[in-house]
Amino acid sequence: MGKPEKLIVDGKRLDGRGPDELRPLKIEAGVLKRADGSAYVELGKNKVLAAVYGPRELHPRHLQQPDTAILRCRYNMAPFSVDERKRPGPDRRSVEISKVIREAFEPVVFTKLYPRSGIDVFIEVLQADAGTRTAGINAAAVALADAGVPMRDLVSSVAVGKVDDMIVLDLTKDEDNYGTTDMPIAMLPRKKVITLLQMDGHFTPEEFERAIELAMKGCEQIYEAQKQALKAKYSTKPEEE
Amino acid sequence: MKMYELVSTVKRDYIVDLARQGKRTDARALDQYREVSVETGLIENAQGSALVKIGNTQVLAGVKIQRGEPFPDTPSSGVLMVNAELRPIASPTFELGPPDENSIELARVVDRGIRESEAIDLDKLGITPDEEVWMVYIDLHALDYDGNLIDAASLAAVAALWNVKKPQVEGWTLDEFPVVKKPVAVTVAKIDGKLMVDPSLDEQNVMDARLTITTTEDDNICAMQKGGIGYLTVEEIKAAYELARIKAAELRKHLG
Repeated sequence: MGKPEKLIVDGKRLDGRGPDELRPLKIEAGVLKRADGSAYVELGKNKVLAAVYGPRELHPRHLQQPDTAILRCRYNMAPFSVDERKRPGPDRRSVEISKVIREAFEPVVFTKLYPRSGIDVFIEVLQADAGTRTAGINAAAVALADAGVPMRDLVSSVAVGKVDDMIVLDLTKDEDNYGTTDMPIAMLPRKKVITLLQMDGHFTPEEFERAIELAMKGCEQIYEAQKQALKAKYSTKPEEE
Repeated sequence: MKMYELVSTVKRDYIVDLARQGKRTDARALDQYREVSVETGLIENAQGSALVKIGNTQVLAGVKIQRGEPFPDTPSSGVLMVNAELRPIASPTFELGPPDENSIELARVVDRGIRESEAIDLDKLGITPDEEVWMVYIDLHALDYDGNLIDAASLAAVAALWNVKKPQVEGWTLDEFPVVKKPVAVTVAKIDGKLMVDPSLDEQNVMDARLTITTTEDDNICAMQKGGIGYLTVEEIKAAYELARIKAAELRKHLG
């Protein structure tokens, strides 16, 4: 598909959304049998699974820390998740994304409670349409909670960007490819602080401040959906009592 | 390979304590870089090169220009490739082996600053559409690691690009190398709620988080990367931008 003439027509985006609207979001907790915790997220056309194993004995043993658990994250894209088949295995992009996702979760996980252990977070992108790292973070946060890993807060994540000179929330693939700027953010929704921030493109300082505000509003909506997903799995319904 | 080294509690407390008072172990101000130097053109076999020192940290960048195949979606544009090597010569904690997440992150942060600012006019680097274009390889070689590799590597990369004279490569027809902007990365570290530029290795070992902001001559932002295991508030991010804007202008003077 070539570059569309315009990405925003009469204040609406190509998929009919306003600038401050998220794509349809679906979150489900506890979707995998063997994992200690898991979650499935659909954000627009993105389909992402996250699984948590641990805290468990860490191998290889030389990585064990006497005073803390170590958190490991692996973000991976399935070969069929993108238009052109992606060569399986880690590439430079996924290594970097795995690193920043881990750093986004470090402030919330009580790793000190589990010396010599490892907590593994696996994120598998099954279908990609821009914003896979943010969808992956949203899934991983729910999966960690589903695994019963003690946390200070959830982590909620969304991308903002600039498209046709407009600041918009939750970019689609076309908006990412043909827009000016992409800025994924992850936030601790209760403390309102930022644990992941990346940006590439072009922002004036004023645009940047507006973009951060918009991202934080988006994260709040995602936080509500994450809580709902956990409640849907764990709250007892009156008729079942 | 570890970018962070084990620090004794005594040292950690000392650094954090000083930070609280707005001081640093090497008596710098919070908004002060270590001594910065940029030397260009040391490597004759590279089309452009630069050695950047920030305090004891040293990074050598080399630019090689070669023919290659374009990407299918940009058939007549040149290709930019940035690679970083954290070789064991630079630190007792760097190990042999394929690039790990730290060298990959370093290369990609430098890459984004150059790519997104459009510092190189890649559209001018086509040769035969769909078949052949000029490839611009920037290789970053850390020689001595005493903190803040990102700023040193980024400055070295841009200095090396501006050092490219009319490339002496067969088939080169342009009058000059199309480098047009000077993006500059400034890394701000946060220790106990205090922001400081150009973290030393000791400071990097105890910091909560860092934020690298790359700006262009017009003070606009072209790339950002948060790192480290802590968090940043929105106010801290805005304050970091102010620091980055002012410090980038200072660092840019070293680019001539």
